[in-house]
Amino acid sequence: MDYSTLLQILDSTLRLGTPLLLACLAGLYSERAGIFDIGLEGKMLVAAMFAGSVAFLTGSAWLGLLAGIAGAAVFSAIHGIASITFRGNQLISGVALNFLASGMTVLVARSLFNQGGRTPPLTGNARFNSIDLPFTEALRGIPVIGPFYADVISGHSILVYLALLCVPVTAWVLYRTRFGLRLRAVGENPAAVDTAGISVVRLRYSAVAITAVLCGLAGAYMATALQAGFGREMTAGRGYIALAALIFAKWRPWAALWATMLFGFFQALALRPDVVEAVVGFKVPVPALDALPYVLTVLVLAGFVGKAVPPKAGGEPYIKER
Amino acid sequence: MTSLPRWADVILVPLVSLLLAGIISALVILGIGESPVEAFNVVVEGAVGSAYGWGYTLYYTTSFIFTGLAVIVAFHAGQFNIGGEGQAQLGGLGVALVCLFLPWPHWTIALLAATFGAALFGAAWAAIPAYLQAKRGSHIVITTIMFNYIAAAFLVYLLVDVLRPVGQMDPATARFPEQIALPTLDQIPGFNLIFQKAVPVNVTLFIALFMAWVVWALLWRTRLGYEIRAFGKSESAARYAGINPFKITMVSMLISGGLAGMMAINNVMGEAERLLQNSASGAGFIGIAVALMGRNHPFGVILAAVLFGFLFQGGAELGLWTRIPIELRTVVQGLVILFTGALDYMVRLILLWFWNLAPRSTKAKVA
Repeated sequence: MDYSTLLQILDSTLRLGTPLLLACLAGLYSERAGIFDIGLEGKMLVAAMFAGSVAFLTGSAWLGLLAGIAGAAVFSAIHGIASITFRGNQLISGVALNFLASGMTVLVARSLFNQGGRTPPLTGNARFNSIDLPFTEALRGIPVIGPFYADVISGHSILVYLALLCVPVTAWVLYRTRFGLRLRAVGENPAAVDTAGISVVRLRYSAVAITAVLCGLAGAYMATALQAGFGREMTAGRGYIALAALIFAKWRPWAALWATMLFGFFQALALRPDVVEAVVGFKVPVPALDALPYVLTVLVLAGFVGKAVPPKAGGEPYIKER
Repeated sequence: MTSLPRWADVILVPLVSLLLAGIISALVILGIGESPVEAFNVVVEGAVGSAYGWGYTLYYTTSFIFTGLAVIVAFHAGQFNIGGEGQAQLGGLGVALVCLFLPWPHWTIALLAATFGAALFGAAWAAIPAYLQAKRGSHIVITTIMFNYIAAAFLVYLLVDVLRPVGQMDPATARFPEQIALPTLDQIPGFNLIFQKAVPVNVTLFIALFMAWVVWALLWRTRLGYEIRAFGKSESAARYAGINPFKITMVSMLISGGLAGMMAINNVMGEAERLLQNSASGAGFIGIAVALMGRNHPFGVILAAVLFGFLFQGGAELGLWTRIPIELRTVVQGLVILFTGALDYMVRLILLWFWNLAPRSTKAKVA
């Protein structure tokens, strides 16, 4: 494999890793606050459908993005009501929302566009088009780093850079702000937070709201940047892979970046049968490549995580003492 | 009063949940500009309006009993098995191998062998996530979902590259031999008075009902069942009582996977008579809704499976005769899971509120 092929694969890695990163950070806020969210998948799917549809109808990717966030927010609100207010089972609520999203997206897209559950292809401003970072051509001459900057770092849509920016922002919010301290505390020991006179319910709802915004970004990216439109089941398990990455990253923002880029790399490899064949030395069947990201997810969960300790109060509804 | 009587909790809570799911579905139908009343009529007419409709409803019911039972066995052990879909597809592979590559003189013996093959393959597919959960603490919800995707890819590979007969275009195995076709209810004396047209419901229905009894006996009448339930209630208490967590996790998940796999004798051997791509067609996921609606009890599972059989068949009719997309089924399924599994406390509060409005209880309070 030569350097230019590697750069192509790394470029796809960043493109495919971005929705995983956004979903992983979404899960991070929720789970750090003590709310398990298996429903990332469904929220991304709903956001993708809303973003794709509204972008097509209005011709504006930005309006699509807002609609995507709104769609994810509705689903997040249901999850919040079920798991915070009514102390329901968070796993089951997430699974239910995933089914709801799976059915609802196709139902709505079909009745809107009558194209078997997909939106018509998006063009022009209805998509987030790739932008070139400054000095791309000037720096291309520098060996190794120049092409890396030009081919891998530059030339993505604005949402990719926004996602990357979310990593330091999340790290800062989580470890350097009062809100972050309280958020982490409420996931570990909600009773202590309550005793300090801070509302557990409000904190958890704000965490779930942030999750909605990030899932909205992830879904909108899928439909209006990575692909040109919404297609049924287009998230294809990315919500679950993001959760696996979150466990792999041990619920830390910078580690989440590396973990999701690793999974993005697996997905990028699955798209390049020629490269895989050259590396392993024999022809790998296409279904095996399709299954590769999922198999590697299981392997990562099984072996390489080490001891991953989830937030202590995760999954437990908080019942205020009377 | 602060809590509902037991009968209300067992009967009213699922019914109110269903009612809420129905109301929201009606709003969704209104939202896409169709008529909920017409939809309801089409569903009822198509699913239970004729013996022919019942033949399909009960055929789906059979599959859902298996997958629902699979979910409750795991639930009782505190495990959430979302991998029923993949396990059922692997069960289909077990059935296909048994039916295609061994000569069977009669369908009865073939059915026994195929049941065994289906359970074995389903259990094997559940074994890896179970082992990873028990030994490595890998989140079983995520691993079983990953195994659904892996199963789908694995079967595509087998059906396209390995099991597809030469010269056939569609990715499927060859047809099973004629002499091992399972009798459908329209071919069985007695039942053929009711089912006069050919229907897909077959003898597997009785195996499903029998398995419901077996699961009940296992959970509430055996030592293993006691251990499974104790482990599911409190892992630390069970550990203290000398129950081996590794053994219970493995055994409960193997039984669960086996039950999900056994569904394949209904759809693969009983109906399609060859293994197709995506053979389980979502039944594995519906098992979750069936288990929750059935309140985690085999008898409840049977009732809930009939209900979902009705919805599944009725939903198919909707797709045929109206402009309402067939995906409405998935929406209803999600809503039922949401209300019975996650918002059950809210449903109880609503019920309790109505309960306390009743004059009887106000009198009791005054007294």
